[in-house]
Amino acid sequence: MVNKATKIRSMPLDRSLPKGNFIKAVTAVVWKDLRAEFRSRELFSAMLVFSLLIILIFNFALELDVKTRQSVTAGVLWSTFAFAGTLGLNRSMAIEKDQGCLDGLLLAPVDRSAIYFGKVISNLVFMLIVEVIVLPVYSILYSVNLFQPGLLLVILLGSIGYVGVGTLLSAMSVQTRTRDILLPILLFPVAIPVLLAAVKASNGFLTGAEVADILVPINLLIAYDVIFIAVAFMVFDSVVEE
Amino acid sequence: MITVKKLVKRFGLKTVLRGVDFDVQPGEFVALLGPNGAGKTTFLRILASLSRPSLGEVRIAGYHLPSQAAQVRARLGVVSHLPLLYGDLTAEENLRFYARIYNLANIEERITEVLEMVDLDTRRRDLVRTFSRGMQQRLAIGRAVLHDPEVMLFDEPYTGLDQDASSMLDDVLKTVAAQGRTVVMTSHDLARAEDLATRFDILSHGVISASASRGKLKKTNLLSFYKQALAG
Repeated sequence: MVNKATKIRSMPLDRSLPKGNFIKAVTAVVWKDLRAEFRSRELFSAMLVFSLLIILIFNFALELDVKTRQSVTAGVLWSTFAFAGTLGLNRSMAIEKDQGCLDGLLLAPVDRSAIYFGKVISNLVFMLIVEVIVLPVYSILYSVNLFQPGLLLVILLGSIGYVGVGTLLSAMSVQTRTRDILLPILLFPVAIPVLLAAVKASNGFLTGAEVADILVPINLLIAYDVIFIAVAFMVFDSVVEE
Repeated sequence: MITVKKLVKRFGLKTVLRGVDFDVQPGEFVALLGPNGAGKTTFLRILASLSRPSLGEVRIAGYHLPSQAAQVRARLGVVSHLPLLYGDLTAEENLRFYARIYNLANIEERITEVLEMVDLDTRRRDLVRTFSRGMQQRLAIGRAVLHDPEVMLFDEPYTGLDQDASSMLDDVLKTVAAQGRTVVMTSHDLARAEDLATRFDILSHGVISASASRGKLKKTNLLSFYKQALAG
């Protein structure tokens, strides 16, 4: 074992910090999350089953006619995405906390915002995959055409904002004993602007509203996405450090 | 290598560390002993840049904490009672992930060498969640030495290990220390600490209440030194 020890110290090390390492660290976190999740499917299956159950329950509970179905579609869709998203965000950060892996990430000699961006991208990928599966199911159950480029853009922008702020808040709530309860309590009030703008813009596309009317909530969504992610970028380090 | 001056750490109204002075020379193996709640883990978390000091000065390898935390972290390897490993990744995937975020060169070669060092090269493609506690802890040490750190921090590394796993961990720890690294280890296992460390510091009531090198302990044993330090 000692021979191996002497060998291991002979390796050249690159301690140049931290230039150029940021993107590498972000991609490493995304690779790790996707690899672990595609193997266990723990988080993804929970989000997907939960989403499908919600749209089924709404389908039976509302018993709506075709016209009314179109008017509630945006609300039902975003409620589904918000609840399922919370489930995913909670689980994604709990996996980091349970075996002390969050400490492992924080010990890396990189800007800690790289960890934030890595987690945001992987959480966004999970949410988008669930949405891609939920949308056709919803279209069949509610007889509504959801495959409109404008609506898909709104879903993407809304998901970015929701995951952006949700990842930051899940990093805070995961430190507490009541993390499962605390995340939705913290996240829903903060995410209201994103959800309102997303519902309004989605409704606009589904009801064929004027482009000028839809542009306002879309601009709001873009502004919220930028603000939330910029704030999270600035405060993530303080949030995760004791 | 490690210099700590008048370190104070408060959590709200509770003061955990009350002015700790601590100095470790390069290559020293310091066992940090003390009762539960003495502040050993808090102290190690501050050295690891996972927690901010409320007051005082901390320098590791010449870098100041928390202002030069990234430089410190590049020179630091940390092993705690939790493995800091992902159960749904294989042993080599875990090491590959850490190698990437540490921006290491020759990643595959390094992973093979580390797995050989901790005797897990035959299990490299197995998921970590299928490993025993002892194997996970050896892999955790492999993860911590992957970037060839100058300073190693061990926080209760023997927690939850049986006798066989503990003696295997002894061998790995001796290997790590034999490479000239500076090591600080907290432990409740006095016999193991006595076997491994070159200096013994007692942390009690938030301060280092006693310190002795291995040479000074020849007349007495570590247990009586520990008891005297806590009684005083």
